[in-house]
Amino acid sequence: MAAVDDLQFEEFGDAATSPAANPGATTIHIEGPSESPTHQPGLPRGSGGEEDDELLGNDDSDKTELLAGQKKSSPFWTFEYYQTFFDVDTYQVFDRIKGSLLPIPGKNFVRLYIRSNPDLYGPFWICATLVFAIAISGNLSNFLIHLGEKTYHYVPEFRKVSIAATIIYAYAWLVPLALWGFLMWRNSKVMNIVSYSFLEIVCVYGYSLFIYIPTAVLWVIPQKAVRWILVMIALGISGSVLAMTFWPAVREDNRRIALATIVTIVLLHTLLSVGCLAYFFDAPEMDHHLPATTAAPNQTAAAAKN
Amino acid sequence: MAKAAESSGDPGTTTPRPLMRDLKAVGKKFMHVLYPRKSNTLLRDWDLWGPLILCVTLALMLQRSSVDSEKDGGPQFAEVFVIVWFGAVTITLNSKLLGGNISFFQSLCVLGYCILPLTVAMLVCRLVLLAEPGPVNFMVRLFVVIVMFAWSIVASTAFLADSQPPNRKALAIYPVFLFYFVISWMILTFTPQ
Repeated sequence: MAAVDDLQFEEFGDAATSPAANPGATTIHIEGPSESPTHQPGLPRGSGGEEDDELLGNDDSDKTELLAGQKKSSPFWTFEYYQTFFDVDTYQVFDRIKGSLLPIPGKNFVRLYIRSNPDLYGPFWICATLVFAIAISGNLSNFLIHLGEKTYHYVPEFRKVSIAATIIYAYAWLVPLALWGFLMWRNSKVMNIVSYSFLEIVCVYGYSLFIYIPTAVLWVIPQKAVRWILVMIALGISGSVLAMTFWPAVREDNRRIALATIVTIVLLHTLLSVGCLAYFFDAPEMDHHLPATTAAPNQTAAAAKN
Repeated sequence: MAKAAESSGDPGTTTPRPLMRDLKAVGKKFMHVLYPRKSNTLLRDWDLWGPLILCVTLALMLQRSSVDSEKDGGPQFAEVFVIVWFGAVTITLNSKLLGGNISFFQSLCVLGYCILPLTVAMLVCRLVLLAEPGPVNFMVRLFVVIVMFAWSIVASTAFLADSQPPNRKALAIYPVFLFYFVISWMILTFTPQ
């Protein structure tokens, strides 16, 4: 009878069944009442199948999927439940950050780096760092801009920390919530191959905000052109990470809805970065090197103001 | 010997716990922070009096003498308090969620006591600010704050690092770095009227 005890088969989570049976196929999360039996995991779907093969990464991806599926789920009022969201090692966090900085076309951030182990460590601490980076850097840049002026009295502007915290944490939680709700709703209407859990979306958004930390630090430079170039670069990188992550989730849908979703995601991201730049950083338009010569009344007025 | 007799808990006596003993315990922990060695004293006999004293001192010193301190934009007393305690609780929760085996209050105790170097920096900055303002003044303050910031980090790492799983040490230490960095920033940007 000891032999029977040895044959304990463990329950695998949903993420592991498909790759275990068929390593070359994509992982399909079938949710909602519309279970269509024509969708078989074994059939490669032309270009979609090859692309998703690539997304699964290297050889031990199915092993990792198997291991990920064995996560125990404790009830939500225990401490262990929340510990499952912090089950990452240092190198994993670094890998995820690296993945958010280098968006490679065709590589899906969620599939490649998160792999059914979404963590809350990254999003939370990246947002915390970003809050302080923006507040401190904004304060420093205002100080440097107004440095020569006699009427300027330096204030630490501590209020802005709370405002920055509210904005950034609201963005990092509410936008994923809205997006997840929207994707769930579309899922019930149109069969999508790829669907993400709420935590995975929070994870992607959190890590995609990492690029803004060095951007915020570099925004100290009081040149408008430099700041806008930085905005473009940061938006390009994090926007493309988000777009490439969510495109597979909506591409089955109506063309216009899919495009509208991606455009909205990028637009909200733009709004966040431009809004932060405008609110926390004064415009460096005070030109201290005004020519002392004659002429225009507005020049003399500006000189008098200084 | 007298202290041992007092602490043996003889139910017949009505001797109150001596204030001196508690003060000495707090003082001993201050010494441990100033000369950090790997010792378990801070962890074993935790108390929150030291952190409370340090936090109140720091918050009081960060206040300005002006009547209308709202306009100054500096942190209010309550804000400093909230940042220190909320920050310490968050770091503790983070370290426990990552799998650290330190208790909640032990971690609060260590983080609170390791604010001591920064409180000393605040004292020094206030003294330096009594002198002539200018770039030299700022450089001196910057140097003092940086040194004390490094001291706080080293002290808290010496106590906390062992309680983390080895492959997550950096993940647990980074929030400590952020915490002391924010406090250092508040100290450095303090400008009196």
